[in-house]
Formats: sequence, C-alpha cells, structure tokens
Amino acid sequence: MNPTKHTLVALVSDRPGVLNRVASLFRRRGFNIESIAVGHTEQEGVSRMTIVVSGNSATVEQVRKQLDKVIDVIKLSDITQENIVDRELALIKVKTTPATRSEIIQIVDIFRANIVDVAPDSLIVEVTGDEDKISSLLNLLHSFGVKEIARTGRLAMTRGMPSSASG
Amino acid sequence: MKLTGAQIVCESLLKEGVEVIFGFPGGAILPFYDTLPQYPQLRHILVRHEQGAAHAADGYARATGRAGICCATSGPGATNLVTGIANAQLDSSPVIAITGQVARPFIGKDAFQEVDITGITLPITKHNYLVLSAAELATVFKEAFYIATTGRQGPVLIDIPRDVFVEQADFHYPAKVDLPGYKTILRGHPAQIKKATQLINQATCPVIISGRGVILSQAYDELRELAEKAQIPVVTTLLGVSSFPENHMLSLGMMGMHGTAYANMAVDSADLVIAIGMRFDDRATARVSGFAPKARIIHIDIDPAEIGKNVTVDIPIVGDVKNVLRELNKQVVSQTRVDWIRQLETWRQEHPSTTIREGEELIPQYVIHSIYEVTDGNAIIVTGVGQNQMWAAQHFCYKKPNSFISAGGLGTMGFELPAAIGVKVGCPEETVWCIAGDGGFQMTIQELATVVQERTAIKIAIINNGYLGMVRQWQELFYQRRYVATPLMGPDFVKIAEAYGIPGLRVKTRREVVPAIQKAMEEQGPFLLDFMVEPEENVYPMVPPGATLAEIIEGPKKEAVAPSTSFTVSNV
Repeated sequence: MNPTKHTLVALVSDRPGVLNRVASLFRRRGFNIESIAVGHTEQEGVSRMTIVVSGNSATVEQVRKQLDKVIDVIKLSDITQENIVDRELALIKVKTTPATRSEIIQIVDIFRANIVDVAPDSLIVEVTGDEDKISSLLNLLHSFGVKEIARTGRLAMTRGMPSSASG
Repeated sequence: MKLTGAQIVCESLLKEGVEVIFGFPGGAILPFYDTLPQYPQLRHILVRHEQGAAHAADGYARATGRAGICCATSGPGATNLVTGIANAQLDSSPVIAITGQVARPFIGKDAFQEVDITGITLPITKHNYLVLSAAELATVFKEAFYIATTGRQGPVLIDIPRDVFVEQADFHYPAKVDLPGYKTILRGHPAQIKKATQLINQATCPVIISGRGVILSQAYDELRELAEKAQIPVVTTLLGVSSFPENHMLSLGMMGMHGTAYANMAVDSADLVIAIGMRFDDRATARVSGFAPKARIIHIDIDPAEIGKNVTVDIPIVGDVKNVLRELNKQVVSQTRVDWIRQLETWRQEHPSTTIREGEELIPQYVIHSIYEVTDGNAIIVTGVGQNQMWAAQHFCYKKPNSFISAGGLGTMGFELPAAIGVKVGCPEETVWCIAGDGGFQMTIQELATVVQERTAIKIAIINNGYLGMVRQWQELFYQRRYVATPLMGPDFVKIAEAYGIPGLRVKTRREVVPAIQKAMEEQGPFLLDFMVEPEENVYPMVPPGATLAEIIEGPKKEAVAPSTSFTVSNV
C-alpha cells in the first residue's frame, strides 16, 4: 500500500484550543500532516479545517476515526476522491536583476499571478491555484533564486453540493 | 438566584448524584473546600497524595459503574493526578477530575503553582475544560458527566480558576447537552448482526473473547446466554476477568501473555473468534501476525476507532455490547458442539495451568488460592501490577461479576491501595482484598492513613518477595539473570501498619497462610498480611515477547529462554 495524500475537511466547534487538540492528536498517533488551513465558516461557532494527510489507506482510516472521537469535531469528510475545487495561496519572494526582471514578469503573467511588491533586487509574486499550478510556478522561479516562500496550505471544497455544515 | 462558582460546582455535583469526592486541598481550590460544609451530602475523603485521589476515584467508578470524582489544587496538585487520569483513560473508566487553577489574570504568567493542566492532559482525557466564567460552570459539568459516562467511557478534567470559584452567577442546570460533535452508536447495524449470526451458526470451533466492554456494559446475562445457547467456550482478557463466571463449564479462563495454555490454544485453533468489548491489546494477542490464524473475526465494540486498529476483522459491529448481544441472541441458533468442547476439555487436562505445586515453601499462588478458599470467591479483588497481578488473575476463581479490579492498560504500580479504598467506599457491604507487591505497595503506602481516617475495612495482602518481581522474571528469562535495580528493600510492613493503627501479621510458612487469612477476615476493620513468599517464583504460563499465543511456555525450564529474534519489534 503506497502512501498517498488525502484531503480531510473537518468542521469543528470554535472553542478555545480546538486547533491544538487536532494537531496534538496527529502528533500523538504519529500521523503525518502536510498542511492545515483553518478559518471561520458561514455558521457562527463553527470553524473549518482543511487537513492534508499522507499515509496508506489503513493509516488514513485510523486518522479519520481518531479525529471523529475528538468531542469538538462536528463533522469529518475525506474528500480526496470527490469532485473538488482545491486552491492554495503562495507568496514567493524572487531575486531579480535588471537582466532577469522582464523574464520573471512574463512567467508571472502566463500563470495569471500577481506581483505585489517590487524592490531593487527582488519582487514578491502572489499566486493562487491548485497544487500543480503552484508547483510549476515555483519550479520555474527556482532557477532565478527564491528568497522566501509562504504558503497557506490547501483549501478544498466539493463542487455543486449544499454547504457541508448544514448537510 | 445568584450563587458563587463554588456553590454552582457543588449543586452540579448533587444534580449528578455524586456522594463522594476524593481530594486534597490547596490554595487555588480553597474557595471550593470552604463551600463544602454547606453541602453535607457531599462526603469528602482526604487522601495523602493526589495520585491516591485519582486512583480511588477510578476504583470507585469501576466498582459502582458510576462516575468517580477526584479534586486537587493547581500546579503540583494537578500534576499529581496525571498518572491516575492516564490510568483511567487507558481502561475507559469514568473519572471526573476537578482542579483548581490560578486566578484568570495570572494564567499564562508562570504564576505560583500554575501549570497548563489542560494542555498536559489533552492526550490522556476523553475531553477537558478550562472554565473562564462562573456562568459556564453548570453547562460544563453537565457536559463533562455526559461525556465521561456515555459511549466509550473515560476521564474528563475540569480546570477552574480560583476567581471563577468566587465569581457569582445565576445557576441553572441544563436539562440536555448540546454537543454536536459527540455521537455514540449504541445499536449495532442489523445487517452486520445478521452476517455475524450466520458465521456463528456455521462455525465448528468458535471461541468468545470477553473483555472490559462486557463489564462496562453490564452485559453478563447476555454474554452467558450467547455462550450457553450456541455452546461457545469463553476466554477473557485480563480486564475481562469476572465478566463470565470462571466456574462455568464453558469458561476457559484468561488468555494472553499469562493466560492459561488451553485458553490460548483455543484461540489459536478456533475457526471463529467473537471479540466482545476487547481491543486486541498486544498483551492479549501476542504477536499480531500470528493471532488466531485459522479464524474469521467478529468484533463487537462501542468505539469505532478500535475496529481495525490492531487487527483486521471480518465482521465489525459498532454498538453497546449489551444491545448487540441481545440482538444476536434472538437470531443465533441453539446447537451443541460436542467434539470441540471435548477437545478443549482434553487440552485442559493435558495442560493444566493453574495447579499449585505441593511442598513446604510459601508460594504466592497458594496465597491467592487460599484467599479464594476462605472467601469462597465472595470478595472483590483489587490488584497491583506485575507478578502479584498475574497470580491474582490466575489463581482466584472469579464467579461474581465485576469482582476483579486491576490496572491493565497503563499498568500503574501503586494503583492497588487507593483503588481498594475507592472500591470499598463505593461498595461498603463487599469484602475487599487488596493484593499488592512489595514494590507497588511502597508507591502509595501513604494511603494507609486514609484507610484509618475513613475507617475503610479493606484487607491487604502483600506478596513480598523482595524484588520488583515481573521485571526480575524478565531479567531471569531474557537477560541472563542480570538483576539490575530489581532487588528491592522494603520496611517491616507489619510495623508500618501498626504505626498507622492497622493490625497485621507476618506470614512465613505455608501452614500459617489460611489461619492468617481467617484472622484478617474476622477482624472488623482493616488488616494487613505480609506474606514472605519464595523470592524467585515466576509467573507461568508465559507467552514470551515476539511469540504467538501458540508458543506458550507452560513451566520453568532449566535454562533461560533465548530471546526471540523479533524481540525488538514487539512491544516489550
């Protein structure tokens, strides 16, 4: 069984320490978190966590069940196999020289990304997209020298279905 | 009407039917203690170390089936509860731990006696709370009791800052809880039950493994009906001991690392294993890859996360054991299994695991058996951890439901004395025997003062061999007898008991054993017996680490057993 990446969406009660509880659970059970993104939802008192976990299917099954046991976790879905929209935002600070600047700008345009900061020897690229898009852009920018990267981690939502908080 | 936080706590405890609290005071929890006299229905039992309070609450909960309550102050008081809370977590015991905390403005500032106890107990509680206003207290207590006592039971910690105890608020005890994230499945899925029934009806050599879940669910009658109706022999895990009467003809006793040879052989040869309220712990399964190689497995458990955690099963049924068994019993066909039962009886004759050798020496097995003989099994046995625990499980015939109380999951030495106090407080009419090793007894020996102050008439039997017995056994069998840090000096326990005001006797020969036990039983109050047993006695049978249940060692060999090659991989 090869380790694969699974995307879990957890709706949690917005009580103090809930992020800690979830993260603590992962550490204690030895599960590998690739990323967590948390934020409020359309329902008051409910937050949404999007967690990318890697492991084989037996491991991920245990992750799901152990997370379900956490009292503050209201609903948990593994949406890896479903029809989803997945997005991430990244800020990338790239080294620039007068010679390389226009080429970098062209690449940024092709990816429909934005330049949000310009300095004499660097600029910051803001890009939103799925994992493939961000990886491709990063690969291209690496050859120019990437000074700093900040990523939010994956956000995901199933297509066309009613809000999972009320479902 | 406005009440203080401390009053709200007391009112909430009364609403939940609490009668006893085991605790130790301190600065942060002082306002709560000051309020207690206003509530004489709440009996407070002062321990001598907070660990004793946690274990007493645990023992109380296990014996009565109700939540056990312990309380301590902030800082070291709270951290002293940690071992007891972890112990309750691993054995699914409903314990509520109330801790004082520094006042709200001081939280997070490394104040005097401040610790982040909610952070510390996150992985070892079913849930925990830091209550930041008196107005929330009633809801928190309602939720805490609900969480602790339903579904898969477990400990809940409530951390209350000192100024919240003092703050005033309206008291209204909620009728219901609102916990959208907490759902328990109590009824098994009918389709799964049907599939299980088919397997049971078709099996030729089935075996039931009964665990703590049967006791938590109080499903003794339902288990017995299933076993008798379908003629299925029953083995138990350590924590399942006393879930099924051991004098029943279908009982094969305990299985696992120190179970009977014939119980383990039954599991190893079965074509169907019905696992009820047990979680396939490594002490029970031995090497997992070799567990029940010929059997399909039905797993009945209230916790869905246990299904498939250690062992892949064929028919999982999530639900409360009592409910599921009731449904199964309606559908299971009544049948006889003469050949299988006969085979098991042959194995029992050929591989006797509980015979006690004759002789002059005072051996621990004889002590346990004598306690059984004198009480006729009419007692609750509370054990420590180690060799004493294993002998207590093996050589007492448990006929009464829930008469064996032992720290299995965490294996906490020192559990025995405070837990026995909790058991006796919860069941004052029962005879309670505390079986301790000389090592474990020294860990919570201070609770002898609690025994005297509260007049709890427990009988204490110390299996005194001058060693950390179980570790010494492993050192003998697997480390070429290098007894590092296991020879253990102890005090004159009879003198110590006397110093506390408890009568006692030292027993040095086999002849004195029964009369000494009788003397202890005649005594109205507590009594301590110090049994000076054979120092290098080993627990048999034994499944060595890395071996399967079939590779059980039934008795002493002349040479130490060579460590198995998979030694390092298994959980030692």
